[in-house]
Amino acid sequence: MSQKIRVLIAKPGLDGHDRGAKFVARALRDAGMEVIYTGLRQTPEAIANAAIQEDVDAVGLSILSGAHNTLLPKVVEILKSKGAEDILVFGGGVIPESDIPFLKGQGIKAVFTPGTPSEEFIKFIKENVRKDG
Amino acid sequence: MDNKIAFDFRSLAKLITKIENDRKGSEEILLNLYKENSETVVIGITGPPGAGKSSLTDRIIKEYRNLGKTVGVVAVDPSSPFTGGAILGDRIRMCDHSTDPGVFIRSMGSRGSLGGLAPATIDVLNLMKSAGFDVLIVETVGVGQSEIDVMSIADTVLLVLVPGMGDDVQALKAGIMEIADIFVVNKADKDGKERLVAEINMIVQLNRHRLLWEPPVVETVATENKGTSVLMDRIYDRGAWLKNNGMQVKKDKIINQFKHMALDRIGANILAILNDSGMFTRWTEDLVNGKSNPYYAMKELDENIKIKWGK
Repeated sequence: MSQKIRVLIAKPGLDGHDRGAKFVARALRDAGMEVIYTGLRQTPEAIANAAIQEDVDAVGLSILSGAHNTLLPKVVEILKSKGAEDILVFGGGVIPESDIPFLKGQGIKAVFTPGTPSEEFIKFIKENVRKDG
Repeated sequence: MDNKIAFDFRSLAKLITKIENDRKGSEEILLNLYKENSETVVIGITGPPGAGKSSLTDRIIKEYRNLGKTVGVVAVDPSSPFTGGAILGDRIRMCDHSTDPGVFIRSMGSRGSLGGLAPATIDVLNLMKSAGFDVLIVETVGVGQSEIDVMSIADTVLLVLVPGMGDDVQALKAGIMEIADIFVVNKADKDGKERLVAEINMIVQLNRHRLLWEPPVVETVATENKGTSVLMDRIYDRGAWLKNNGMQVKKDKIINQFKHMALDRIGANILAILNDSGMFTRWTEDLVNGKSNPYYAMKELDENIKIKWGK
């Protein structure tokens, strides 16, 4: 049986807007992936634990609160501390261009801002997830 | 208390992925790891979409955690028949347990299975059982009338219904209504509760003559934690009953589960034989071109299987 790509879509922090996250989840589902959606207001710790239990290939973090420079690297750090640094982490939401180089330096592999066509992040995930399982 | 579990969660999660993706290889894994663990409590939670299965699962996890029991959860959501993709959202209601080292939650896409579970659910539960969890909870996809696979793996099946279904419950008389060990009327603060409870009681009465265990009806409001302790008492009652009188039930489950696994395996093997020999393609081409009809093809299938199985 073929290997399915599994992606966790999570909303770290305190903002309550999940339209973007749901849009991404839906697009990934339509691309044949299994998407685990964990809902609003998750701590980085909870997100990392869910990613490990679900054995996902990638974690997508949607954030609009402005706290991305703290919360996104924190998820990467916790995954690493639990030996799960092979899980691909990407971000999306209202994130200024000027913050993106910093986030990439912290291990966020890509950042997708509003208006990104879904083909773009689907292609990114397909090309970058681990293939060996 | 938590170190009773034989694997760290990362290894366990990776084993589950292997079992899900490679149905043949999973046999090898379980052949080595499988341990019968009669102490594990296995609870199945089923019911129509939106009845509150995940919220109830969340409450039951909490109750068992208060007793210091480790809990493993498998939650199944439907896969798209067109893309194979799925949105698995059961964790949303269970996020309080994400950082609890005594709780492991795994979401599964149904991947083409129609019985309410995923093809690998039985294997995954057996793996978790062998890993040493005290309690396992399996939440089915939102079901209609006949998705009854859960009865072959759970010792106690909770059927979660909500008021306002009215005549629907009537229509459910057979099939799913018959596999409930405990009826849960969730969202019991809604109109129509009395009617639903009365209808369930009527169905239980009708079936009474052939029931070993008479399923109780419990009213809950899971999101407000109402009725949970009564529900837990009924779950413990069921557990105690199984210990004393459950031999027949246990036998039936063992047979059912093996039958389920065997049919799955036999079907997959035969299809592989037909594919490898090119017969499947030939038959379907003939069907599509109008050179054959399904009953001719079935006759040929019968003859071919006999040849393969004759030895």
